[in-house]
Amino acid sequence: MADRDDFATQAMQFAPQLYSAAMRLTRNSADAEDLVQDTYLRAWRSFNTFQEGTNLRAWLYRILTNSFINKYRAKQRRPDEAGMDNIEDLYLYKRMSTLDSALGNRSAEDTMFELFTDDEVKQALEDLPENFRLPVLLADVEGFAYKEIAEMLEIPVGTVMSRLHRGRKQMHKLLYEFASERGLISSNTRDSSSDTSTSESEHD
Amino acid sequence: MTECTANDCNDTLRELEQFLDEELSDGARQTIHHHLEGCPDCLQAFDFHAELKTVIAAKCHTDQMPPGLLARIERCFGPDVDTTA
Repeated sequence: MADRDDFATQAMQFAPQLYSAAMRLTRNSADAEDLVQDTYLRAWRSFNTFQEGTNLRAWLYRILTNSFINKYRAKQRRPDEAGMDNIEDLYLYKRMSTLDSALGNRSAEDTMFELFTDDEVKQALEDLPENFRLPVLLADVEGFAYKEIAEMLEIPVGTVMSRLHRGRKQMHKLLYEFASERGLISSNTRDSSSDTSTSESEHD
Repeated sequence: MTECTANDCNDTLRELEQFLDEELSDGARQTIHHHLEGCPDCLQAFDFHAELKTVIAAKCHTDQMPPGLLARIERCFGPDVDTTA
């Protein structure tokens, strides 16, 4: 990628996915647009630091992530650990059998596609505190490797892994609650009148 | 059917995320594959999370870019902004 025009052309192809990521981070389209524009502006200005052979997509995400952290994170004073529950492993999976039977015998993937709406999945991700939302977004939505995420967020790989683990559980729990609210599990077994999702202990 | 112990299952499930994230060494992957071949319970859990991950990624990529955004981005590439001001 020798010159800047090539660079611009290649970088542009990532605009739709950068915009989606920016939406998950800023949670509104006006800020998301600003964040994406800011990302491209910074990328263009620091083009001379871009080394050929580097992954352009990862480089752009790194700029996006840093811009977000520097510019938007300061606005939000919510402590990151607040709102993080202590959730058992495989939380959603252990409850999925009731969801499955409520939806009949379709393939698991069809079931899951139908079980959660786009808005619910986005909401579940956007509700995560930033320290957890960023790793989950970068791993599960954008498909980056732990090492890449660690570099983007400037945290150790072990921290990436533990935040992913906790963030995913939190997100899965929220997805379960959305499905519960829509009555997708109420037709089943245990007394469905009480909607307590945190205090159940039927798994050993 | 290969017999597996609760310990095997626990060890396998503990690696579930790293396995699905393709972060395990070849050897560790092999061990997991071997266990999953003989353990329908763990296989079901792995399949579930693989599918869930696919669904989450797909549903989080459905945002439509606002119509003016590409033009805004292209303006970033203009010659008058390429200096450090």
